[in-house]
Amino acid sequence: MSATPRVAVIVFPGTWSDRDFLHVAGVLGWQARAVWHAETELGDVDAVVLPGGFAHGDYLRTGAIARFSPVMAAVSAFADAGGPVIGSCNGFQILCEAGMLPGALLRNDHLEFRCDWQWLRIERAIGPWLAADELAPGDVVRLPISHGEGRYYADDDTLDELEREGRVVMRYAESSGAVTPDANPNGSLRGIAGIVNPAGNVLGLMPHPERASEAEVGGTDGLRLLRSLERWLAAQPATAERLS
Amino acid sequence: MRWLADVRVRLRPGIADPEGQTITGGLHALGFQSVEEVRSGKLLRITFTAADHAAAEEAVAGMSRRLLANPVMEAADWELRAEAEPEEGEIA
Repeated sequence: MSATPRVAVIVFPGTWSDRDFLHVAGVLGWQARAVWHAETELGDVDAVVLPGGFAHGDYLRTGAIARFSPVMAAVSAFADAGGPVIGSCNGFQILCEAGMLPGALLRNDHLEFRCDWQWLRIERAIGPWLAADELAPGDVVRLPISHGEGRYYADDDTLDELEREGRVVMRYAESSGAVTPDANPNGSLRGIAGIVNPAGNVLGLMPHPERASEAEVGGTDGLRLLRSLERWLAAQPATAERLS
Repeated sequence: MRWLADVRVRLRPGIADPEGQTITGGLHALGFQSVEEVRSGKLLRITFTAADHAAAEEAVAGMSRRLLANPVMEAADWELRAEAEPEEGEIA
């Protein structure tokens, strides 16, 4: 595993957070490359980012058309092989439409587009994006949200399964860490802001970690997710040796 | 032959529909106090060709299941009809 993370940032027509991710990756010294949605290969990368925006205009449903972009077959195969994938905002919506994460993101309950700083309680430190050295359950972090369709929905059985398997990784919260209806910015069921797949390598979240990765823009809690990836990647050779 | 399908996509019962609730409020404000509920949805009119009614029905069912509705929160139904064939000599 290379010391410097090599990251593919997927760009659909209408994606808008790709530049922010690429900027932050540059600040961190990562090798990041924008990958156009029509490409079929990701190249030799350590992680994949599905950024926020309005892929394909969000036509029909958010993420509904992006799922058919040629690059998604490669993203899905990368995830199936255990590769770290993060989908933020529209990226989360795409992961749900693609069936890589359960549930769906619906119109905010108040119908407003909500662009704000948001407190979140970390529920589980699991997988490459939520490393225990960077984040612990109960930590309260502050990240920007920026969406009109972030109301997480899944049926009760799916929600119970997510809870049972510890796959709800963050919830909308007060600054104290209390998960309350008032802290919920969009009507998400059970205050869910982020979930992972069963293996933990695919993370979907509505907040934007890339917009909180430099003190100049008001916060650096987003860096904790990106530093988690660095730690996780650095630990991989040791894991491979242990297993061999 | 050509077919027209009007596919209606709606949120499943029980799923909160803030758009419908807001429209309900608007209708109440206009004096339509008897309105109990509005559920919002989408109408998609699809023109396509299929050999016969059974094939057309199967095609619409496939389109609805695989793309037009997300079964996590939506259900689709549709009206299907053959597009009238122009009479001989008539300009379509």
